[in-house]
Amino acid sequence: MTYRRIRWLKFTAPANFYALVQRLAPWLWAGAAVLAVAGLYTGFFVAPPDYQQGNSYRIMFIHVPTAWMGMFLYLLMAVYAVIYLVWRIKMADIMARSLAPTGALMTLLALWTGALWGAPTWGTFWVWDARLTSTLILLFLFLGYIALHAAVDDREKGGRAASLLALIGAVNVPIIYFSVEWWHTLHQGMSITLTQAPTMAPSMFTALLLMTGACWLYSAAVTLRRAQAEALERESDSQWVTEAVQREHALRQPAAPAVRAVEPRGAISKEGDS
Amino acid sequence: MWDGIGDFIAMGGHGPYVWGSYGVFAMVLLAEVSVLARRRHRIRTILARRSSPGAASTWNQKQEESLEP
Repeated sequence: MTYRRIRWLKFTAPANFYALVQRLAPWLWAGAAVLAVAGLYTGFFVAPPDYQQGNSYRIMFIHVPTAWMGMFLYLLMAVYAVIYLVWRIKMADIMARSLAPTGALMTLLALWTGALWGAPTWGTFWVWDARLTSTLILLFLFLGYIALHAAVDDREKGGRAASLLALIGAVNVPIIYFSVEWWHTLHQGMSITLTQAPTMAPSMFTALLLMTGACWLYSAAVTLRRAQAEALERESDSQWVTEAVQREHALRQPAAPAVRAVEPRGAISKEGDS
Repeated sequence: MWDGIGDFIAMGGHGPYVWGSYGVFAMVLLAEVSVLARRRHRIRTILARRSSPGAASTWNQKQEESLEP
């Protein structure tokens, strides 16, 4: 059996990255949709009401995945920020910048759904406890990253400054995660850990996992697509962009002979993006 | 499990909280996808015009069109 080594570094080249995402994205969208349908069905029609909270606990199926995604996307953004700061790889900055809006939205949704879950459960929409406050700080870190990157005219300088902010802010993620253990919080402790069985019914846990998978694939699809757009914008004068655009244009308008006539046979075509 | 559609929507009295969560969740994700789709469409349109053979004669006035979002 022969192993084909994947040369990951080749995807630091925007042209290769673009072609890879062209092939990957439809599967990510489809996977997210399938998992979301399965998760929603399990969450609303299989999982029973909670013996204490009734049906309000069903907010968990989007609250927990969005909160996890917020933290995960921030850490991923910080990793790309480090790569950009150390090796100055342009794609790393593009990836970090593409992760930030989705991370911010996921964190916002975690806060919103948390407030609507808290109201019937705790009797309040908001409380300044460690978990909620540190999650709010996470949202501000995402927004700060986006604002700082956009505020500096020189894209490289803006990228470096924002990367530094992302890196420093990463310290907040373990604070969020362990806040329910380190401090007395109104927020409940961890129901799911890597070392113990989950403290919830199997059907609830299944729905939660399915919705987490859906959020994960959605985030992957939307951030990779955003990174593609960002790469096209930054590299708009490059030959690979011209080739990719002409090729896609020709695919969408097969009757346009003028475009077909100049369809290139360059790197993108050889990649066979579909 | 549910005693009709009314019971499902009521969510045992927690309907506004549950549907307020899921509704905003769906709206936010749809908005994100739609903003991204428009951005991609815009940039591809500009780039396609720029790279098409007749671009020089048909697109003079838009040469300065910025690709920045």
